[in-house]
Amino acid sequence: MIDSIPPGLLLIVGALLLSVLRGKFQQVMLLVLPVLSGLILWGQAQNATSWENMVGFSFFDLDIILIRIDKLSLVWGTIFHIAVFLCAIFSLHVKDTLQHVAGYIYAGAAIGAVFAGDLLTLFVYWELTAVSSVFLIWASRRDSAFHAGMRYLIIQVGSGVLLLSGVLLRLHTSDLEQPLFFGKLSLQDPGSLLILLSFGIKAAFPLLHNWLQDAYPQATPTGTVFLSAFTTKLAIYALARGFPGTEQLIWLGAAMTVFPIFFAVIENDLRRVLAYSLNNQLGFMVVGIGVGTPLALNGTAAHAFCHILYKSLLYMTMGAVLFRTGTMKGNELGGLYKSMPWTTFFCIIGGASISAFPLFSGFVSKSLIMSATAENHHGMVWLILLFASAGVLEHSGIKIPFVTFFAHDNGLRVKEAPVNMLVAMGVTAALCVLIGIFPGPLYALLPYDVVYEPYTAAHVINQLQLLLFAILAFAVLQQTGLYPSELPKINLDTDWFYRRALPNLVTVCCVQAAPMLKTIDAGFVLFREWLLSLMYALFGPTGLLGRKWSTGGMALWAAILLGVYLVLYYL
Amino acid sequence: MVNMESDKPETKDLESEPLYWLDNPRHVNWLCYGLYVACALLFVLDLFGLYEKHAHFDFENWIGFFGFFGFLVFFFLVLAATQLRRVLTRREDYYDR
Repeated sequence: MIDSIPPGLLLIVGALLLSVLRGKFQQVMLLVLPVLSGLILWGQAQNATSWENMVGFSFFDLDIILIRIDKLSLVWGTIFHIAVFLCAIFSLHVKDTLQHVAGYIYAGAAIGAVFAGDLLTLFVYWELTAVSSVFLIWASRRDSAFHAGMRYLIIQVGSGVLLLSGVLLRLHTSDLEQPLFFGKLSLQDPGSLLILLSFGIKAAFPLLHNWLQDAYPQATPTGTVFLSAFTTKLAIYALARGFPGTEQLIWLGAAMTVFPIFFAVIENDLRRVLAYSLNNQLGFMVVGIGVGTPLALNGTAAHAFCHILYKSLLYMTMGAVLFRTGTMKGNELGGLYKSMPWTTFFCIIGGASISAFPLFSGFVSKSLIMSATAENHHGMVWLILLFASAGVLEHSGIKIPFVTFFAHDNGLRVKEAPVNMLVAMGVTAALCVLIGIFPGPLYALLPYDVVYEPYTAAHVINQLQLLLFAILAFAVLQQTGLYPSELPKINLDTDWFYRRALPNLVTVCCVQAAPMLKTIDAGFVLFREWLLSLMYALFGPTGLLGRKWSTGGMALWAAILLGVYLVLYYL
Repeated sequence: MVNMESDKPETKDLESEPLYWLDNPRHVNWLCYGLYVACALLFVLDLFGLYEKHAHFDFENWIGFFGFFGFLVFFFLVLAATQLRRVLTRREDYYDR
């Protein structure tokens, strides 16, 4: 019985329950649901006789697999449950039921998608994550959030439509053995290419990325924490499942690690800085998928696991700052360590984790990907990743904590974050440090059995050299005044094309076409006038065909017509 | 970007506030000196080959490779991004107009 409950469904059904509960009952339910759902999942995993536990049914000759528990899906299932629980603690003070319901349906759908064994089930959950998560953006109830949410929804649903198109194409490609099964897909058939594109949009591939930086900073302080955990990591899971070892992804991922870091340096909205940083981290995971060796795929899984934790932590600290100060603009913040010391402390832990300092979680997961890249002799890519690592340190390790909590004191004096936020940040920070110090349990969870030791002398020393000398560069830049100050400005990204260029093009076309349309319109008016006057001449009161005719005349004409017909018939 | 849930930040009388440890520029300098010493130590480790390297690439064995690389790319990144501002930066209400 319990084995046939699709993971994630409990959260979705529970979300409906949350919508009618209020106050303490709602809070208790928020905390109980993810724990219960997680226990059921692990129960199912234990019960499985092998690591390939599948539950499904046939539907119009289509093999639907609702549950496929193996080691790969279990990594994501586990961290998604932990993330929901942490998000629940963090948003416990929120009275807005809409956000809780949207968040839980969204998380449930993401978990369901991870355990989907066929592409149709994946599609259904894929779209559900899009449709439910947009409410976390709209819940800000601002005009800009509404518009950003609309753009987000169009792009996310578009990704789902591409996925469905890909699935349908596969079903109509006759030489595929299991067209619907969600296993490794090749790049040979056009259907799979569409599916890759669909995954790529959700994973924020370069040039397809901008929905992420556009929408996430518009969500509520707690909503962004939810958003940061699920959508993109679901896409990473889908890529790891469908396209491991696809070489093109190595360079794509490398590009993905590099270009966001330039934007992050000059961005003023700190949650947008984190969105660029998120994009950069996804690049590391995509490189791992592209390399595709067991070590690399383990690296991707481990990095997704750790990344969800430290990125949530960073978004939590920024959410707490936004909640207390009402602003996320770097130029308006500063000196907050005086009034929010705990949040500062947790933010620094998050920064150290994402920057991959030894003893923090990012170090033990990123090392796997770096080593796998090096072992496969991708020297150039390895150097790019090393560059990107310094970039991560710049925006997440230094800029975020420095600009918010230190830099110059803007005189903001606020209360420390609410208790539930502090607890959520504390637990997440503790996990980041624990995983960093004791990577064993995380490594045991990974899909492949690979022995890896992150803490070798060379590894630790080299990483410290990279990071500390980069901080040295920061100190020099800061003291010489070369480090760019925060400006109350925005920066253009690819959204410019669909927010500015395309609407402008349409406007220009309309303006240019106006005289021509006028001419055409005038032509139509003339033609209509002529037609009407012709009709009037023929059928009007005095018209030839509108006149009264005598019966004799009618008979004569009928006789003439019949005569003509007779003559024609004999010809 | 005013958030609905936020409290109004209060601006207290900052003059009467006690000075924090970091408010003293001398303490900030101490932190910088600490950083210089740490960097120097890490460089010395490389200079005298005090630990065993297992490099995948030849350039990893260059003395101080990781340190120089980190310093230079950080410098490059920040300066290059600052130049990007000339092209990409717009007023905050750019999309609203």
